Amino acid sequence: MVTTYSRARKQRIDALVTTDDDGTSLLKDAWIRLKASPLFWVGAIVIGIFLVLAIIGPWIAPHDPGAQLLIGQTSRARNEIAPGQPGFPLGGDTQGRDLFSRLIVGARQTLLVGILGTLIGLVGGLVLGLLAGAFGGWVDSVVMRVVDVMLSIPSLLLAISIGALFTNPNLTSVIVAVGIPQIPVFARLLRGQMLAQRESDHVLAARALGVKPAPIVFRHMLPNSISPVIVQSTLTVAIVILDAAALSFLGLGSQDVSQPEWGQMLGEAQDRIDSYPGLAFWPAGAIVIVALGFTLLGESLREAIDPKNRR
Amino acid sequence: MLRYTVRRLLQLVLVLLVLSMLLFLWLRSLPGGPVGAILGDRATPQRREELAKLFGMDQPVIVQYLKFLGRVLQGNFGQSTQVAPGTPALDVFTQRFGATIELAIGAMIFALVLGIPLGYLAAKRRGGVADNSFIVFSLVGIAVPVFFLAFLLKYLFAVKWGVLPPSGRQTPGIDATRVTGFFVLDGLLTREFDASWDAFKHLILPSIALGTIPFAVIFRMTRSSVLEVQGEDFVRTAEAKGLTNRTIRDRHILRNAMLPVITVTGLQTGALLAGAVLTEKVFGFPGIGQALSISFTQKDWPVVQVLILAAAAAFVIINTIVDLSYALADPRIRTR
Repeated sequence: MVTTYSRARKQRIDALVTTDDDGTSLLKDAWIRLKASPLFWVGAIVIGIFLVLAIIGPWIAPHDPGAQLLIGQTSRARNEIAPGQPGFPLGGDTQGRDLFSRLIVGARQTLLVGILGTLIGLVGGLVLGLLAGAFGGWVDSVVMRVVDVMLSIPSLLLAISIGALFTNPNLTSVIVAVGIPQIPVFARLLRGQMLAQRESDHVLAARALGVKPAPIVFRHMLPNSISPVIVQSTLTVAIVILDAAALSFLGLGSQDVSQPEWGQMLGEAQDRIDSYPGLAFWPAGAIVIVALGFTLLGESLREAIDPKNRR
Repeated sequence: MLRYTVRRLLQLVLVLLVLSMLLFLWLRSLPGGPVGAILGDRATPQRREELAKLFGMDQPVIVQYLKFLGRVLQGNFGQSTQVAPGTPALDVFTQRFGATIELAIGAMIFALVLGIPLGYLAAKRRGGVADNSFIVFSLVGIAVPVFFLAFLLKYLFAVKWGVLPPSGRQTPGIDATRVTGFFVLDGLLTREFDASWDAFKHLILPSIALGTIPFAVIFRMTRSSVLEVQGEDFVRTAEAKGLTNRTIRDRHILRNAMLPVITVTGLQTGALLAGAVLTEKVFGFPGIGQALSISFTQKDWPVVQVLILAAAAAFVIINTIVDLSYALADPRIRTR
């Protein structure tokens, strides 16, 4: 069952599992290292701007992102698209809507895809990982075999296959399609953490004191397992946003056009890209910057909480 | 070794079996089920019933699965409806396999030729300007969507500057003799060097687009691996013995640092298909990835079946081979 590919992914996930956790100064230690890292600050600032845009985007956008204000300068037959002009710095899109406003408003949907997709992976992985790690034995075996098979299919292919199950793809189905492939990653990570915790002295002490199994899992084991999960979640947001954009590009993205979304904008732009590269350049650039922000944040967090870096 | 081999082969069969079950369940869950998938939305109820009966849909699920498995083992997946209408779905795979392999080899050559030297250089100048800029470069490489990078390359090199061909595998009109299905190799074998060169030019841009993520991963692995090895005692011993820098680099550092790099190279090769779906679409490259995106968007389920199963099978088989070769090289793995 164990292939080289899945084994190395497992090793990568297992490498996040920290056993050396005395609970007092680990986080403080991590924060000190984090503060010194320029990568962390770049990532944090990028994500900060992104979050603000996602929240207030609709109020600061100069125009209604759905209104075809520039439709007069747009012609599909003559392959014309409104150029940049006063009030419309980036010009119009394929349907005469203001590209700049759509970019600003699109941040919200893109954030939604990233966060909710990650949440699906996280919650699914949490449930499976808890089951496997807390009970062990045959539950563990069954859960982990399922996880192994899921890990041996590239996540984008899995996402495409899940996306195809929906008759009318909308934002929800896209989120589900890109979120489910992330479940095995989190499951494997949490299980490793739980196994390490199960053998630890503080859990033994709690058991000796007669604490019931459920409180042991939720009050003692889970809180001590969570920091590598936070790292993985940060990196997963970037992966999920990129996978969703890839789905849109393949024409399997959301068909719901009421709200702009960067991946969808990129998908819409693709057949005009040779004559109007700007149409794809802006949403793609936005995706790259945000994905890079989450990657930088995740990588610097990973470095910071790695016990090997403790002095 | 024999016992280990047998065990790995049994595991391989098990994984393939589970995959076939997943594929079967997945096909049944498609909107409209397998019948709707083949007939489309406008089929008459009567026609649906006929086909359902033909498929044995009135029988228990287990029987249906076994029949499905039987068809799969015979290589009978039905006929393509959209990608290549009328031809057996399996042929779509065999005709396109060579193109994707050629592209994958190109991508991995790009990733290795750039990733290993840069990784070594970055490790040697740890913390320097070169090191930091290579690291940022590799992170950007991971964050850029594959298809966007592909578009960018195509726009700059093919559309704007016109130095490389924008799409396809070969300039139309070139009448090359086919021997192996690998266009570059064919040209060399038949001494049609211009055809070979033409095919090579078509490979450059897609290979770079597809190879960027493997490059980033290989670069980072080389860097951290070299950093680890160069602090080892045996390197200091080699220095103390007065060996030349070159000998130390080639025989002592690189040789030991390459093991984990080989591992990730294997993994990245297996994972290339997802990227190939996107790259081949942008460059109109007639490989498996392109067939996969066409068959998905146009709902050509027979072809989807073949490609997914073949890709997954190729993937786990390659991994098994890699595992076995490791076991051959490192006796400790066999007993694990």
